[in-house]
Amino acid sequence: MNGLNIGVLAVQGDVAENIMATKMAMEELGIEGIVSEIKYPEQISELDGMIIPGGESTVIGQLSLVNGSLKQIKEKIESGMPILGICAGMILLSKRVKDRVMGDMDQPLLDMLDIKIERNTFGRQRDSFESEISMEKIGIPKFQGVFIRAPSIVETGKNVEVISKFNEKIVAVKQGKILGTSFHPELTSDLSLHKYFINLVKENQ
Amino acid sequence: MIPLSGDVANSKGIIDEKIESYSIKRGTSTLKRGLAHMLKNGVVMDVTTVEQAQIAEDSGAVSVMVLDKLPSDVRKAGGVARTASIRIIQEIMDSVTIPVMAKCRIGHVYEAKVLQETNVDMIDESEVLTPADELHHIWKWDFTTPFVNGARSLGEALRRIEEGAAMIRTKGEPGTGNVAEAVTHIKNVNDELRRIKSIYDSGDEQELIRMARDLRVSYELVEETASLGRLPVVNFAAGGISTPADAAYLMTLGCDGIFVGSGIFKAEDAKERAQAIVLATTFWEDPDKVKEAQKMIDERQSMLGLDTKNLELKMQERGSTA
Repeated sequence: MNGLNIGVLAVQGDVAENIMATKMAMEELGIEGIVSEIKYPEQISELDGMIIPGGESTVIGQLSLVNGSLKQIKEKIESGMPILGICAGMILLSKRVKDRVMGDMDQPLLDMLDIKIERNTFGRQRDSFESEISMEKIGIPKFQGVFIRAPSIVETGKNVEVISKFNEKIVAVKQGKILGTSFHPELTSDLSLHKYFINLVKENQ
Repeated sequence: MIPLSGDVANSKGIIDEKIESYSIKRGTSTLKRGLAHMLKNGVVMDVTTVEQAQIAEDSGAVSVMVLDKLPSDVRKAGGVARTASIRIIQEIMDSVTIPVMAKCRIGHVYEAKVLQETNVDMIDESEVLTPADELHHIWKWDFTTPFVNGARSLGEALRRIEEGAAMIRTKGEPGTGNVAEAVTHIKNVNDELRRIKSIYDSGDEQELIRMARDLRVSYELVEETASLGRLPVVNFAAGGISTPADAAYLMTLGCDGIFVGSGIFKAEDAKERAQAIVLATTFWEDPDKVKEAQKMIDERQSMLGLDTKNLELKMQERGSTA
């Protein structure tokens, strides 16, 4: 098959929204392929690209660790598969995590994105917000950022490119073919970030 | 996909703010319903102490709900059940990283305001507590904090959504350890959804208007719901869930996730049971995995449970006609 095979990790969180956004983005780009829910480690080896959606990072991490998906995803990223981590997904990709209130966290991580995360960086749900942000570096000058109990990036390694900031806080990064965002593109009608990711997967084939 | 539209024009809960050069908005439907979307396929666990909250988080709960007493104890104690102590809610917020919810009484606008000021992540306007106003629920558009409400029929669910609920759960019969009522409620909602969808598909606008009158909600909301064939917000199961198989069964009926009330911390094997219910909720499509989850618990340690037929207090009836 020539089409792309993109998977959305479907342990917990807003899986359907990412599947929908990815399908719509592929259609608009005129790129053939399938987008599927990934629940089990054996589904991972065939993928060309993967999205880890928003949800609770502790839940997604623990359950993926227990069933062996975490190890498979890590190997796949190491072998060069592009991956997009959104909110909880970016937390899972990171190296180290602290919580704004609780301090350093010991939770299962992929340790693939050389960043330190601060969870709940803007506060609790009442502090969740929408704001226009920019991702100029990847050709998206305007984007509606939906930040829900969002994390931010407090430290970056030397291979990490900062893609977007909100009020001095880093909210999107790229390291090679690994993308991470604090905000939720799948909750907006703007498909540009999903399109950018699909192109990244396509170029990688 | 579940739409995230639906703000009413004069929603007082939406706050416009300037941070440096950024114009930001808080309390929009996207943010409120969005939080509920992040909880999907997860288990929200009722807790009364910091210790229980930590067990819940460690076991894979997606959120905890703070109460003064577990629903089965509320039932036993009688009297008036009110929102939990603010001090305990705050202690729990400081000891877990997952979202923290708390319950307020139906219609009790000021208990809800107090919970919003406490900064809980979601407010449950709940029939487990004694209603403060049987005729009016809280006008939830006035709040920046999202709300979840119980419903046992489509009309009830849509009326709560029209008042601004960002999430719906079945009512079930709380504190009984008996899942039967939750099953009935979700099946009722599903049957009614199928009915309005088929009317919508047939193009019979007159009948859809009649349905809106029957359900006592706006035509626009009925039309949106009918076109989707599902509730326009995230819909969880709640009420009497006690075992992994209970949770998995409700997921098969189309629920987006699970609330467990007394079922975990009224059982003798709370920790194992919490983990097992999370596993069953995640892997509900796989009977073998659910069997493994069910194996983690001991039925002799389940809460005894009650027959729902002869109950003196039916919590589910609270606020349902409004």
